[in-house]
Amino acid sequence: MSEQTITRAQLSEAVYQEVGLSRNESAELLEMVLEEISNALAAGESVKISSFGSFSVRQKGQRVGRNPKTGEEVPICPRRVLVFRPSQLLKGQINAGQEAKA
Amino acid sequence: MTKSELIAHIAERNPHLYQRDVERIVSTIFDEIAAALSRGDRVELRGFGAFSVKKRDARLGRNPRTGESVDVSEKCVPYFKTGKQLRDLLNADSE
Repeated sequence: MSEQTITRAQLSEAVYQEVGLSRNESAELLEMVLEEISNALAAGESVKISSFGSFSVRQKGQRVGRNPKTGEEVPICPRRVLVFRPSQLLKGQINAGQEAKA
Repeated sequence: MTKSELIAHIAERNPHLYQRDVERIVSTIFDEIAAALSRGDRVELRGFGAFSVKKRDARLGRNPRTGESVDVSEKCVPYFKTGKQLRDLLNADSE
């Protein structure tokens, strides 16, 4: 694997290339998209992006954990976690890409 | 929220943009992430989370209905790890 890391810089550059906006505004729009998704999730709503995947919030109950170093028992508070489920299309695309490389 | 609702929200916040352009912006973002993962790259969006590709080894699976063994070949699956800021945001009200 090439293992390059893509960040906001490359994503906003792609937006900049695709639409005739300034680099600054492209970066702002990317931020807005992430913000909208985050806010919906924080409100407990799931976010479904067709052909990409869906993000949903799952409630986890309280359980007893253990400090692996000391063996001490610590309660883990109930919390909300985010789960991403990739679409079939995304899974297929990734496997096709990996096979093409092999 | 669906992709079209997301587009509608962004369009509402940016009345100077054409709806068509907002659609292209949103699609470009997800297409770029998907393309990066297909190349085996990682996508790291600080505060939001990181997408990466994990390899699953070939294994012997079983058809749960018939009990028959089936070969499951090696494959890659996308994985998302939530960023710290977003994780905190999800639990903001309970703390």
